[in-house]
Amino acid sequence: MSSFQRLTGIAIALTVAAGLTACGDKAQELAGQPKFDAAPYTGTGVKVFTESDWKAGDKNSWAQQLKTRAQYGQNDHSRSN
Amino acid sequence: MARMKFICDAERCIECNGCVTACKNEHEVPWGVNRRRVVTLNDGVPGERSISVACMHCSDAPCMAVCPVNCFYRTEEGVVLHDKDVCIGCGYCSYACPFGAPQFPSAGTFGVRGKMDKCTFCAGGPEANGSQAEFEKYGRNRLAEGKLPACAEMCSTKALLAGDGDVVADIFRNRVVQRGKGAEVWGWGTAYGSKTDAKGAKS
Repeated sequence: MSSFQRLTGIAIALTVAAGLTACGDKAQELAGQPKFDAAPYTGTGVKVFTESDWKAGDKNSWAQQLKTRAQYGQNDHSRSN
Repeated sequence: MARMKFICDAERCIECNGCVTACKNEHEVPWGVNRRRVVTLNDGVPGERSISVACMHCSDAPCMAVCPVNCFYRTEEGVVLHDKDVCIGCGYCSYACPFGAPQFPSAGTFGVRGKMDKCTFCAGGPEANGSQAEFEKYGRNRLAEGKLPACAEMCSTKALLAGDGDVVADIFRNRVVQRGKGAEVWGWGTAYGSKTDAKGAKS
């Protein structure tokens, strides 16, 4: 085998090895994405801590509950006048 | 429903730290970590102002923009939350946040690995609503219980308002229009005294 053939063989082997290196790389995407978070209007399922004036799963009743609570609990002008 | 927002009325805040205490108690926040704190400007000088500060759940949150592992997410109600299972505790969010909201506990479930902790608007985290895991990592999920954040609901002077942005903005606007400003504000003269200028007008 001539030295030219030997060098060509080594070059091909190195090229193939370099090309295959990428196949062994681990994916570089962000491993962690936040888990799914259930919407608050679905409730907690813990009845003792849950306000009773709304229905779990009903988004409109939940939103109305928070509005009513904000007015009653935080709007002292409407309570005193 | 609009986005969930906090508003702190600096004219009413008396620096009682009730909001801080309510938050720590509600979520069993460990020693050394303050999800909410009261900042006072010109402390001890007549005219001093205090304001209660926590995560403001920004619409374009810088913490979300800089997080290298993308652990933040925004709920449909506009509450900025994060996943402690994804957080690597790098602290970029604390440099980016203009309010100093991100905290790094050194004790508790995630303290050892330095996971970031912050105000959740009492909306828990990505664990199941009301679960023990959610409580241990993020605290109580009051929104899912049909309640508003404990800090605002416990505020003795109702300086701190929390809830639907439209609702709290209406409450605040109505309050400001009715009370006036300066010496017109009820209690101002008692607290700080009223100055009288050369023309005899109070300020």
